[in-house]
Amino acid sequence: MSDIFQNVEPMVHESRISVPYHWWAGDTASRFFIDLRDSQKIMGTRCSKCSKTYVPPRKTCPTCFTPNDEWREVASQGTLISYTVVRRHQASLPKKPPIIYGLIQLEGADTAVLHIIDELKPEDVKIGMKVQAKFSSQRKGTMFDIEYFRPVH
Amino acid sequence: MGKKRVAIVGTGQTFHKSHRPDVNGQELINEAVQRALLDADMTIQDIDAVVIGNMDHFEGINYVDCWSVDGSGGVMRPIIKLTTGGTTGSTLAIGGYHMIASGMFEKVLVIGWEKNSESDTTGAITTAFDPVWDRLVFAGAISGLAAEAQSYMAKYGATDKDGARVSVRDRKHACNNPHAQLRKEVTIEEVLASPMLADPIHLLDVCPRTDGACAVIMACEGVAERIAPQPDWIWATANRHTYSYLNDATYGELDSMADASKELFSKAGIKDPRKELDVIEMYQPYSFAGIIWIEDMGIAPRGKGAEYIWSGATDMGGELPINPSGGVIACNPIGATGLIRCAEAALQVMGKAEERQVPDVSLALSTGFGGCFWTDTILHGKNKPAF
Ligand SMILES: [Zn+2]
Repeated sequence: MSDIFQNVEPMVHESRISVPYHWWAGDTASRFFIDLRDSQKIMGTRCSKCSKTYVPPRKTCPTCFTPNDEWREVASQGTLISYTVVRRHQASLPKKPPIIYGLIQLEGADTAVLHIIDELKPEDVKIGMKVQAKFSSQRKGTMFDIEYFRPVH
Repeated sequence: MGKKRVAIVGTGQTFHKSHRPDVNGQELINEAVQRALLDADMTIQDIDAVVIGNMDHFEGINYVDCWSVDGSGGVMRPIIKLTTGGTTGSTLAIGGYHMIASGMFEKVLVIGWEKNSESDTTGAITTAFDPVWDRLVFAGAISGLAAEAQSYMAKYGATDKDGARVSVRDRKHACNNPHAQLRKEVTIEEVLASPMLADPIHLLDVCPRTDGACAVIMACEGVAERIAPQPDWIWATANRHTYSYLNDATYGELDSMADASKELFSKAGIKDPRKELDVIEMYQPYSFAGIIWIEDMGIAPRGKGAEYIWSGATDMGGELPINPSGGVIACNPIGATGLIRCAEAALQVMGKAEERQVPDVSLALSTGFGGCFWTDTILHGKNKPAF
């Protein structure tokens, strides 16, 4: 079938569009990021009906669809529930590979947060290990106010 | 108000390639549409409405439904676009089914397409993730799947060799499918020796990027039988979208698959899918999904998916062949991929799958998957459904 390309001169038109976006974090996420930035606190929302604490916080419970307006602080330490090691570089990655991505269930939360795991070699990562948030010294109100999670020794 | 019975009466696919520098998007779409019309022995004048879709941001064209009318045949016809990420193709099929089942239309042309070569796939896929919570730290489609595989391996002691066995199967099957992009057998050793992308996923465990299009023609009962000697009757559909943020998913099993297939089988009165299904065309973007998700479907018990794969049961000639087409690992024009699964299942039921035909197919399952752990399922039958 490859002879369909015989005598085809590929004519390519390059895009000159640049479409930058900015996103409003919104009511619930703003409160989370302000607490993270100003007090190094990790806050979740509590659904009393489901008895679940959500981090990231929700305005509405994803399970029962009732408003969640009770805020609760969770620990900055938790358990690694899954991970992967990204080996190949892509422009969209925040730093050079290998990067360990982890899903961390913080103590007091029922859902996991997604972040980078550092201060250990990729071959030493284990599901079930305890990790601790390392807060950034320059905090701007984003998820990178936690620089990464590191093993608890 | 009862729903109408619906059948697939014709399908058409391009010969999918990594790049199609010889055609633009509209021309690519047209190839699939012309083949589907030819297959059903219809003309565009016979079509009442068009459903079309592709991935957001992949070609940078917003109003694909309008822009593509020259290729799709949508000029002066009702036409809508559906796009749901990786599940786009299967959602298109479900959308077309709903349009006819509702009694509003008799004959609908469903089109899924992608010119994957026209953009930065990883960049475009990253727009599927929440910009505030997920996107800053995470990127692309592979990492989430890798976390799923890691979790599963830790739970059940599976290895990357088990994943490789699935890749070997699909790549072998693809050699029977002239439409597949990659048609080359590989060995388990070659899969394991290919570069590690995100642990435990190797390059040969995952799908490629593909340019391609697929078109499917559906018709209502009373019309379908006059078009096709053996229509592919749609028995049921079910789908689930599970969460807002990546962190919410259950890793190591696919909740959306478990719930959707449970509903699908219960609608059709299927009690033992392993015995009752004859073939599955599964949207399986990477090898480990071939082990994990058949457990969610109830084909194999939890933790026993790999054993079932190693037994050869899902190979051609086995108890329940999976992906006779070679599946997604061999070919992945994303907006078309889910619809290709549906078309391939239809070919199996209609007895038109040529070299990749599984003998005597009465019931076939096709699925769709989206990068944020969504699932679509469609059940296809040789006989009319009982409802
Ligand atoms: Zn709730």
